Amino acid sequence: MRRKVFKYGDDVNTDVIFPGKYTYTITDPKEMAQHALEDLDPDFVKSVKKGDIVVAGKYFGCGSSREQAVTCLKEAGISVIVAQSFARIYYRNCINSGLPPLILEDTSEINHGDELEINVETGKITNVTSGKSYTVNPLPPFVMEIINDGGLIPHLKKELSHGR
Amino acid sequence: MAEKILRRASSQEVVPGDIVDCAVDLAMSHENTAAISKKFKQIGVPYVWDPSKIVIPIDHCVPAANEDYAKNHKIIREFVKEQKITNFYDIKAGVCHQVLCEKGHVEPGILIVGSDSHTPTYGAFGAFAAGIGRTEMAAVYATGKIWLKVPESFKVIIEGDLPERVSAKDVILYIIGQLRADGANYKAVEFCGNTVEDMTLGSRMVLCNMSAEMGAKAGMVAFDKRTKTYLSERADKEYLILNADENAVYEKNFAFGVSDLEPQVACPHKVDNVSPVTDVEGTEIHQAVLGTCTNGRIEDLLEAASILKGRTVKDSVRLLVIPASTEVYLDALQMGIIYNLVQAGAVICNPNCGPCLGAHQGALAPGEVCISSSNRNFRGRMGCKEAEIYLASPVTVAASALTGTITDPRGV
Repeated sequence: MRRKVFKYGDDVNTDVIFPGKYTYTITDPKEMAQHALEDLDPDFVKSVKKGDIVVAGKYFGCGSSREQAVTCLKEAGISVIVAQSFARIYYRNCINSGLPPLILEDTSEINHGDELEINVETGKITNVTSGKSYTVNPLPPFVMEIINDGGLIPHLKKELSHGR
Repeated sequence: MAEKILRRASSQEVVPGDIVDCAVDLAMSHENTAAISKKFKQIGVPYVWDPSKIVIPIDHCVPAANEDYAKNHKIIREFVKEQKITNFYDIKAGVCHQVLCEKGHVEPGILIVGSDSHTPTYGAFGAFAAGIGRTEMAAVYATGKIWLKVPESFKVIIEGDLPERVSAKDVILYIIGQLRADGANYKAVEFCGNTVEDMTLGSRMVLCNMSAEMGAKAGMVAFDKRTKTYLSERADKEYLILNADENAVYEKNFAFGVSDLEPQVACPHKVDNVSPVTDVEGTEIHQAVLGTCTNGRIEDLLEAASILKGRTVKDSVRLLVIPASTEVYLDALQMGIIYNLVQAGAVICNPNCGPCLGAHQGALAPGEVCISSSNRNFRGRMGCKEAEIYLASPVTVAASALTGTITDPRGV
């Protein structure tokens, strides 16, 4: 399926993805989504559609451990984040929230508004707009299991119910 | 050091890059415990794995600024009671990272996870401490386990005697400026060298706290006699020492001489946008913040007071002083520091995170500039995206509060 790209640069931090002032006052994920990327791209929430993709430069999600910075993007409709690198807590938060984070060495050829086709299982990324395609390392099987279960909580629930 | 601790925690041989299941020795969650408790309940396990291994301080926005915060705090108090978690610190204790160290919860050789990005602070005691998110903390509460990738280690050697009015904060800002914000992403960073050996535990906490700002999974300092003295005053327990071997191998080694280091400042809006203070001297400020988990300890307040005593903060500046804990606050009262600071024109706030994350107590207005002893200066961090934040040491914050502009503390 073709999805539209929202493209951002390097070092996008959690404060601009989800401002600290809301961290303890907004608890509903749908309301979190309304503030997604508020201090970086106020147009994001107006135009994002279900399934869209965030593509960024290096060190995406640096800063706070606040998971709302993942939740707000997921809830806004984002289906995959592709970046040159992720800050470590953000990367784990993506997995645990069931939002796949893919690492593509160089994202500079992908532009805002491009349409991508991504197969998370195989790591195949096709830029339908430019005609270029890329292959990234797929996520390890145990990580894919967590993502396919919808995140760590449903995954753990399943595991525990199987007595594992 | 990191490998040794994770080997112990996972009960298996490890090499960097391995993904291992680890038993958690200590788990910390703060105000986000309310959200964690909801996720924990979804898992379907009635009780936490070990209430004695969980520490919960309420510290981010206390006392509650509004009904939403109050409801949040109430959920935490109920959860703590229901789960019989005795290591609970309600609003009177202070900032989580300071409280855990002061109360003797942090020990060398153990694996600590905290649902806060500045959890690496505890590495100052020779522990492996990493930040995690809420969902993951809920899973730790349920199982006591976490999967971790064994990080490669960086060795950062810091040598030389620090010049007058130059402190651990200047050292770590300088290092972050050199290594950049993602320079140690996913790595364990060990700080060593004679400068570190001569540092108080408080100063070592500054290094480890800010290691998060270069992406480190854990910042660490080896256990030594200073650690032993600190712990002997606070915790009466046996502990494990897992320092690095003499011949330990590091992915990278860095060496910094600090004998001639100038006071450093991180300029808006990134922590690695670091300059010597002399480059930005004269920049007008409206607010100065002294406090937080980075620099709200007694030594920080003492240094600031040494500059401010008998003088007056510039009229155009709001100086907020927020002791990192009640213990710090009491010491500062007893030593007369609070008296001197208030007389100089400081506003003293109760121990908590204050304006650091923009939740309350000193949020900024558009066009305002703040100099702060905290750890992040991202756009919007103190509640307003049109404001600017400079990060600096406690003495630089104090010197700047006096003059109303960013000021080199060596000339004050």
